[in-house]
Amino acid sequence: MAYDKFTTLTSPAVPLPIENIDTDQIIPARFLKAVERKGFGDNLFRDWRYDKSNQPIADFPLNQAKYSGKILVAGKNFGSGSSREHAAWAIYDYGFRVVVSSFFADIFQGNALNNGILPVVVSPEFLEKIFAAISADQNAQFEVDLQNQKFTICASGESAGFTINPYKKHCLTNGLDDIDYLVSMKEEIAAFEAK
Amino acid sequence: MEAKTLFDKIWDSHVVKEVEGGPSVLYIDQHLIHEVTSPVAFLGLEKRGLKVLRPEKTVATPDHNVPTINQHLSIKDELSRNQVEMLKKNCATHGIVYHGLGSEGHGVVHIIGPEMGLTQPGMTIVCGDSHTSTHGAFGAIAFGIGTSEVEMVFASQCIMQPKPKKMLISVNGKLNKGVTAKDIALYVIAQISTSGGTGHFVEFAGSAIESLSMEGRMTLCNMSIECGARGGMIAPDQTTFDYVKGRQFAPKGEAWDKALAYWKTLKSDADAVFDSVYEFDAANIEPMITFGTNPGMGIGISKNVPTSDGLVGNDKLTYEKSLKYMGYNQGDKMVGKQIDYVFVGSCTNGRIEDFRAFANAVKGKHKADNVTAWIVPGSHAVEKQIIAEGLVEILEAAGFELRQPGCSACLAMNDDKIPEGKYSVSTSNRNFEGRQGPGARTLLASPLTAAAAAVTGKITDPREFL
Ligand code: SF4
Repeated sequence: MAYDKFTTLTSPAVPLPIENIDTDQIIPARFLKAVERKGFGDNLFRDWRYDKSNQPIADFPLNQAKYSGKILVAGKNFGSGSSREHAAWAIYDYGFRVVVSSFFADIFQGNALNNGILPVVVSPEFLEKIFAAISADQNAQFEVDLQNQKFTICASGESAGFTINPYKKHCLTNGLDDIDYLVSMKEEIAAFEAK
Repeated sequence: MEAKTLFDKIWDSHVVKEVEGGPSVLYIDQHLIHEVTSPVAFLGLEKRGLKVLRPEKTVATPDHNVPTINQHLSIKDELSRNQVEMLKKNCATHGIVYHGLGSEGHGVVHIIGPEMGLTQPGMTIVCGDSHTSTHGAFGAIAFGIGTSEVEMVFASQCIMQPKPKKMLISVNGKLNKGVTAKDIALYVIAQISTSGGTGHFVEFAGSAIESLSMEGRMTLCNMSIECGARGGMIAPDQTTFDYVKGRQFAPKGEAWDKALAYWKTLKSDADAVFDSVYEFDAANIEPMITFGTNPGMGIGISKNVPTSDGLVGNDKLTYEKSLKYMGYNQGDKMVGKQIDYVFVGSCTNGRIEDFRAFANAVKGKHKADNVTAWIVPGSHAVEKQIIAEGLVEILEAAGFELRQPGCSACLAMNDDKIPEGKYSVSTSNRNFEGRQGPGARTLLASPLTAAAAAVTGKITDPREFL
């Protein structure tokens, strides 16, 4: 699927200091009935965001006007559980382009990259610094530089490098996806099958 | 020659190409699809003007979203019906075999693959569902993928994947009374945590693993994803070959002999190196139950809810949030706690052996009045066998009703939802908040532990029942 190219981003961040956030929390199963990829952002973190009568739960960070931005910062082991790509769609559709954590579940990480979301892995200590920077100033700015693979806390100037597979980096920077690449390999695949 | 693990052998033989600085292009032998994670992939394919490249290597069934009663009627929920009909239509357009509701081949996707003999040693198998790891029980590389990847496999029969690291988990010794494959799985996850296997593919080995039936091996590999691993696998042996032989899509005659000779080579070389190794003693495993909101929060059923001593910061907050959701206190005894629902089924414990174990344990007893039980076979074939073996009579005499196959309360996309605040002893695989319905509280356990809870209405040590 086509998504916007990613180069650098400077934005405030929304904190979600919870660990082991699984994809059932990111998007509950009852919202997976669509046959098109539309509107999943409305149900992002549905059961943490809204109560039974569909009223926003005031203390959930996404409902707090003081937090905004295109970066989501979450506790370790983000995206565990179900392989549902709807989780990545919901995050993208809501407006996030970067998710920062000290640890991601494998399938989520792959799904994020396939949908133009950059998962940034930082050390647990650096993650704490990011949370602290947001507590100190909810409008604190962060810079994500994909080219140089660097995440910076603008106020203090502290930064952390992150890793990304060079091929995936190329895809993200150019808004490309794997399918074009695979389709272009048609003959090699046929040759493999004939072996 | 360089020593290889079982995983290396299968992986390496499926690499079509290594991408410069990137993932491997891996050829897929079997693609399984269902109604929830496929429609957007079909849509994407159509937008590109492509057809499914190898429809004969693709098999479909609707399972996640289907009712488990009155399957002969049209599905009431409009969105669910639409999704199921869309799958049927997409399969017709692309020439994919579709095992619809009520048909002989219908069932949870990870149950029907092995049943039909589609799952074989040495294969690469993917499905847009994380519990694809189930098929690893046959000595296959099987893992869950996202919808973009489903589209990749449709378009090219390949997927782009970085090669994971390798982990060996051995469990040796004789299993204690009342301890099943499910208990081994919950024990291992509790030991290494829900992220302990991240980035890895697990091979399970050791005498306790070898002693498991194919059903038990599937339960264990099914749960391997819950420790964060990409998947789990077990080297094929005589138990595997006996299970596969004679099934619909298993090789026959000369092809069988040839396949068998190859399958026998599928084991890790003695000096193969794993990136990490764990060893456990079967003697330390007792029947397990979870008390929290992820599958790593499991304890021996005779134990008390652990305290948060030693946890700090977000670890402590997350732990306390979880107990609050469950309505449990630190130090609580698990045995004796009241429960409301029992769910037996899912791709974890929805095979014939699971219903035999459950029926045996409840035989001559009666379901507790405070318990609602959903007994859901994993497939039509399992349902038929339950009937053929006379288990239905045992179940009915004990006050249990058999439902029709589907994922059901495992993820509660259909009407089988546990009400808010209620406790459910479930043989499924995830106890996440709201997994079995908004506000539902899930206690993961084996079919034996579920049986004990179903007849007493409380968390009960299943060993008292044996
Ligand atoms: S039974 Fe549960 S885990 Fe298995 S495929 Fe269905 S929803 Fe997924």
